[in-house]
Amino acid sequence: MINALASLGRFGLSALANLGRAHLLLLAVLGGTAALLARPRLLVAQLFNVGVLSLLIILVSGLFVGMVLALQGYYVLSQFGAAESLGVMVSASLVRELGPVVTALLVAGRAGSALTAEIGLMKATEQLSGLEMMAVDPVRRILTPRFYGGVISMPLLAAMFSAVGVIGGYFVGVGLLGVDEGAFWSQMQAKVDFHEDIVNGVVKSMVFGVVVTWIALFQGYDAAPTSAGVSRATTRTVVHSALAVLGLDFVLTALMFGE
Amino acid sequence: MGQERPQPPNPAPLAKATESPHAQVDDMTDRDPSAPLVKIRGLHFVRDQRLIFDGVDLDIARGKVTAIMGPSGTGKTTLLKLISGQLRPDAGRIVVDGEDVHRLARHDLYRLRTRTGMLFQSGALLTDLDVFENVAYPLREHARLPESLLRKLVLMKLEAVGLRGAAPLMPSQLSGGMARRVALARAVALDPMMIMYDEPFTGQDPISMGVLVTLIRQLNDASQLTSIVVSHDVRETSSIADYVYIIANGQVMCQGTPAQVAAEPSQWVRQFMDGLPDGPVHFHYPAATPERDFLGQGPRDA
Repeated sequence: MINALASLGRFGLSALANLGRAHLLLLAVLGGTAALLARPRLLVAQLFNVGVLSLLIILVSGLFVGMVLALQGYYVLSQFGAAESLGVMVSASLVRELGPVVTALLVAGRAGSALTAEIGLMKATEQLSGLEMMAVDPVRRILTPRFYGGVISMPLLAAMFSAVGVIGGYFVGVGLLGVDEGAFWSQMQAKVDFHEDIVNGVVKSMVFGVVVTWIALFQGYDAAPTSAGVSRATTRTVVHSALAVLGLDFVLTALMFGE
Repeated sequence: MGQERPQPPNPAPLAKATESPHAQVDDMTDRDPSAPLVKIRGLHFVRDQRLIFDGVDLDIARGKVTAIMGPSGTGKTTLLKLISGQLRPDAGRIVVDGEDVHRLARHDLYRLRTRTGMLFQSGALLTDLDVFENVAYPLREHARLPESLLRKLVLMKLEAVGLRGAAPLMPSQLSGGMARRVALARAVALDPMMIMYDEPFTGQDPISMGVLVTLIRQLNDASQLTSIVVSHDVRETSSIADYVYIIANGQVMCQGTPAQVAAEPSQWVRQFMDGLPDGPVHFHYPAATPERDFLGQGPRDA
């Protein structure tokens, strides 16, 4: 019993210490913002690494998610004679929920894990120490550009995910299932609200961008400098990001759309 | 059966060091060119509940090659990280060129680091940059030079280590010895006053080792550097060192010129210098009696 309590206490202390270190790292990363503005080339490189290199998986996933939504939605809506509302259902689902959430999960799996592995390996191969010894702050030089690369890329990727998803829904709903094209687009235009739906979706994906990139950078920077340590850190990035995104999605949805 | 722990020699205290704390502070931050470049006093450092340094005192003379030798795991690399301010000691002071490393503000510490270089065991080259850009990196960060001048400077540094022709190669295309030479060119890019070498000879073939030995000595003499070489390669390190410290068990076990250390009668020093498999440092890791393990009375048989 005492041992169990002691283990619980150790776990709690360790978790708190990790949280503290993560917040200190975030402060240091944000402290490099001004220096990054003086070197926009570093940010452009990370927008390419995090954003452009994630495009393929995001666009393909968005297309299939939109197609599946249209199939499932048509099956339910047609039972109530509301198949013409398919466009609203697909677009609202994508813009409000699936776009930000699935994009964040995919970015955590592709770009987040890559960021963690890259920084963990830079630590293991003493590249971060080498920068320190060249009087270059590795947090500002390496982490800050990657942080903003992730934060800026996430809403853009989520927007593209949703746009491609709507196109996928159109192909299936209008092209395959015979939903009226005019009704598909006009109901979508009438019912999807810019502030209520689109802005809230963008806000969600920005929050997810901060959280996923922060977790990825912290796990890499805090990784044990061994192959096993980097491997564990990469796994933790994906698991922690997924849990954080899903948990935060509930909180944000409740705040944005709750009565 | 326990490992013998020879008494360390009495460290030579600084003049006035025992007279008053203020006298010690004044003396340690002295920038007299004849004073040691690095002064370490009363260094204590604990990591993972293990005592790495237990009151170490040592001096690194200006313009000399000083070797820090000792068995693996005795904290040689840790000592370099403490001198460079990457780690913070639990007690004691480390003064480099009159500046107390662990009392400096971050900005001042970075300013000090532009005057020191470090050669890491792995080379620590940035893997996404080619050889030229790796050597140019500190110059681009700290010196606003015209591109034509920067190019000439980088090629001169690479020429000094014999790798001008390797400028366009990526780090993954280099052998271990070449990577360390590139890292050496990068370490001297800003013309530092001191270079710290972390195990420069480990894993090198005889040719690469000979090249590195020669380069370290030549760079030190030609550029009037101060060099600290951390190594457990006794023969190579002794051949270029002006002064040698041997550390183990958290303390300085022996110090002197290579000739003095080679003549040291201590059994422990003899075992280390001559590479004897058994002696005060036992061949066998401490274990239960053989009867207990081999005759089935050990805990795993319970």
